[in-house]
Amino acid sequence: MPGGLRKLIASWPAARQLQGRDPLGLGAAAKSAHTDALRARTDAADRVVGSVCPYCAVGCAQLIYVKDDKVTQIEGDPASPVSRGRLCPKGSASEQLVNSATREYKVKYRRPHGTRWEELSLDQAMDMIADRVIATRDATWEERDEDKDVTLKRTLGFAHLGGATLDNEENYLLKKLYTALGAIQIENQARI
Amino acid sequence: MGTSFGRGGATTFQQDLQNADCIVIEGSNMAECHPVGFQWVMEAKERGAKIIHVDPRFSRTSALADLHVPIRAGTDIAFLGGIVNYILENGREFRDYVVRYTNATTIINEEFQDTEDLDGLFAGYDEENAKYDISKWSYEGAEVHPAAGNRDMAAQGEAHGRGSGPERGRPKEIDPTLEHPRCVFQLLKKHYRRYTPELVEQVCGIPQPLFLEVAEALCANSGRERTSAFCYAVGWTQHTVGVQYIRTAAIIQLLLGNIGRPGGGILALRGHASIQGSTDVPTLYNILPGYIPMRHAHSGFGLSEFVDNVGDKYGYWGHLDAYLISMLKAWWGDNATAANDYCFDYLPRLTADHSAYVSTIRAVDGDLEGYFLIGENPAVGNANGKLHRKALANLKWLVVRDFQEIESASFWYDAPEIETGELRTTDIGTEVFLLPAAAHTEKDGTFTNTQRMLQWHHKAVDPPGDARSDLWFTYHLGRRIREKLATSSDPKDRPILELTWDYPVQGPTEEPSAEAVLEEINGWTIADGKAVSGYEALKADGSTACGVWIYSGCYSGGENLPARRKPHWEQDTWVAPEWAWTWPMNRHIIYNRASADPDGKPWSERKKYVWWDDEKGEWTGYDVPDFKKSMRPDYDPPEDAEAEWGLRGDEPFIMQSDGKGWLYVPSGLTDGPFPTHYEPQESPFENPLYRQQANPVRQVFHRKNNPYNPTHGEPGADVFPYVMTSYRLTEHHTAGGMSRTLPYLSELQPEMFCEISPELAAERGLEHSRWATIVTSRTAIEARVLVTDRMKPLRVEGRILHQVGLPYHWGSKGLSRGDSANDLFPLALDPNVHIQEVKAATCDIRPGRRPRGPALLALVADYRRRAGVDVDQPQERAHEGAGGS
Repeated sequence: MPGGLRKLIASWPAARQLQGRDPLGLGAAAKSAHTDALRARTDAADRVVGSVCPYCAVGCAQLIYVKDDKVTQIEGDPASPVSRGRLCPKGSASEQLVNSATREYKVKYRRPHGTRWEELSLDQAMDMIADRVIATRDATWEERDEDKDVTLKRTLGFAHLGGATLDNEENYLLKKLYTALGAIQIENQARI
Repeated sequence: MGTSFGRGGATTFQQDLQNADCIVIEGSNMAECHPVGFQWVMEAKERGAKIIHVDPRFSRTSALADLHVPIRAGTDIAFLGGIVNYILENGREFRDYVVRYTNATTIINEEFQDTEDLDGLFAGYDEENAKYDISKWSYEGAEVHPAAGNRDMAAQGEAHGRGSGPERGRPKEIDPTLEHPRCVFQLLKKHYRRYTPELVEQVCGIPQPLFLEVAEALCANSGRERTSAFCYAVGWTQHTVGVQYIRTAAIIQLLLGNIGRPGGGILALRGHASIQGSTDVPTLYNILPGYIPMRHAHSGFGLSEFVDNVGDKYGYWGHLDAYLISMLKAWWGDNATAANDYCFDYLPRLTADHSAYVSTIRAVDGDLEGYFLIGENPAVGNANGKLHRKALANLKWLVVRDFQEIESASFWYDAPEIETGELRTTDIGTEVFLLPAAAHTEKDGTFTNTQRMLQWHHKAVDPPGDARSDLWFTYHLGRRIREKLATSSDPKDRPILELTWDYPVQGPTEEPSAEAVLEEINGWTIADGKAVSGYEALKADGSTACGVWIYSGCYSGGENLPARRKPHWEQDTWVAPEWAWTWPMNRHIIYNRASADPDGKPWSERKKYVWWDDEKGEWTGYDVPDFKKSMRPDYDPPEDAEAEWGLRGDEPFIMQSDGKGWLYVPSGLTDGPFPTHYEPQESPFENPLYRQQANPVRQVFHRKNNPYNPTHGEPGADVFPYVMTSYRLTEHHTAGGMSRTLPYLSELQPEMFCEISPELAAERGLEHSRWATIVTSRTAIEARVLVTDRMKPLRVEGRILHQVGLPYHWGSKGLSRGDSANDLFPLALDPNVHIQEVKAATCDIRPGRRPRGPALLALVADYRRRAGVDVDQPQERAHEGAGGS
């Protein structure tokens, strides 16, 4: 029998089942060449970066698998004393959070009374927002309450909501900036 | 937590739950909402601990517990108060711990009157303003403060994450025998004596044997040799008496000696990656970083008056000046000098409650121009969604930063009010900017988890397109504003122009360095720019800068400690101190001096944790001692001692002015020194304990867009005969912006549903998997019906009560869409921390889908008519804003 044919016969699952270590055909004997060739996305990663799950406050450690500067997979980090490698359905699905097909990548702008979104460059949007903050602050500044004879040095013209999904460094800069602007209505999900 | 123990954070850490001998999970469905943390409950169970789940609904937490105790939503204080009474009536308290480590011995002033004396009110109630004069609750002979100080702090401690105020020193009178009729211990006994097993059964619907099994399990598993832990989540906080729920657990844990010890404690299970962080480094109106209060408007009130009024004489708040001045130095750098009070004058002043819901009301009334929504979706996540959407529709400008186009960005064309005709797109004048945000994988930074642990996440890839971190947004917004104002000579622009705002930026997008911000949070010595080692190194003379004093030490030695990831298998103990960094000073169980007896020896070998090493002359153990390291257990402060040196060597609660765990809170709470059972704002039952039905100082908003269902005793209450309670699912996250947009998660939980019992299904003709409409006087929503034994009808006050369970994740956007449960709830708040009551309210339920368009309004109007709710003439704004100012 030519070597090629022998190889072919030996590769049949039935032959492997009879000859190999898997007589019940539940494991290696049943594996196809296709399955055998499959590789986990994690194997092909260029780098693995330590991170933390962004959902609840258990604080599960994550490993972010990156290939060609794209996140390809997110797994639990076994080294964490809190989570020991585990993730819940949300944490396990978080690759879809960062690579979502419906994620927004461009600034969207709706003008007053407008009926549709419009495009705006990020630079222009930032400039317009800075102008809005300055104008509102000027228009609503409260230096003193003369009736009560007290100094106020503040604006109640604008408010902020959000923070519990943000980084500490981000919240720190937000509070610092708003306070220096005299804005006090700064709040987050803690009230929910 | 703050008022009871001194810090507004979990007293323990998740892994330590494995050491508990009994765990009570109440106000939380931990197995489904914090599943990975729940592994430590299972570890405890493996080791023989008894696991108890108290919840209106049988869930996977109940399935894995040894005991499920179904309870009527909104009655936990009656249940927990019953346990307090059980402990005291049977002498089961941990006597040595109670006498030495709590304020049980303290004598209260003669003017104090209890709810037992005043039929549900405490002394000092001002009916006209719905507020308490809390000076009536003070310790005997306490130092009384000027009114300014009272206004700033006294009634706001919990809001500031700590208990303080006029009780700034050691109590003048104590009775170690606990016999004095006005000592805290005796007052506590009196307060809860009617919270008997019979009453618990009557109020909560819990059969007496079941209640007694819980009470006995806690007592049997506490003491020198054993410890018990409590876990809670928003099932406790989202009530008009939410803070007092947690207070009741604190009282139990202090009586049983379970605070500061391994396997003990109270673990707050927070629902967002950094909700602990966002109160520590607050995006909250009433505090500055590290729970330093924001300043209120008073005439002639400078830095020293503020420190005098807000700081404490003894304990670590005795260094408020060092913490505050270091923060001012971090913010205003060289411009902050001793001569100008370190720019203290640059801080804006509060005059009232400026919390989120008040801002919402101001927007509805047209008094708010601009709004930043950064990672939050109030159109779905907040009670009474209609009110919030109307607020958004009445702004001049709105900035939304998120990954997706969430409902709070799209309200102007797809809010439910557009469909009903209440809002019209072309009438809405709000200018909306939707800016894409960077994900956690696209930026550096720290989250603070539920156990006060700061963990650094590394940037893995660049954010795509216009997506940017919020750090980028904030830094560059500030930079632009400063550039635009650069030539201004207006004095009001000096604080922003003189602000230190020079963070190094990287890469083509000019991303600011998060590590540089963390360094500022940690603080440095100004002379050499070197990172300080912790808050004990901070000075009040302007020689140190520190952004967040409680986080000081996280960058000690110039090392990013939150970025440490040493595997737990390479560490010696379960405390695993070299994984990330926990505030304060990497202490994992706080108040851990209490794990040793007054002499500094472990209470038992089995529960050994931190102890006094006499040879070395210091505290040592498995964790970093939460105590002055060198202070001997027998230290007795001299007359002139200050701050931490004013506390004794056997006083573990180092943030409190008297070093004690507070069973009784003389100041720091707006609604009473002891937790008291009140019915929710909307309840089908009478409060059987007192004539006072609901929390007398709860925060309510009587206005057109926020009608309340009639409560028990008011005509029309029977129109809304059922209790509804909201909750989360494992597969979704809060208002859904980060979960309803994911294919896997939307497939796993594709649709809004309600959970009801077979008995209620029969009573109302509801069929499994068909539709139901749930109605309140706010609106009606539809949901698929899940008929299940998990919802148990309860016998309460002699009749059967049905409860309706509602997940709250849905809205009009995303891959999986549905009605929002929060639209059903009214805005009614806890007066201490302004948290919404969405865990207990009343409703009706009927078969079929809800009507569409204007017909929906007609259905709700019909219900209101039948219930006698007049939206056009709401009751006067009696309690509005109470508790905030």
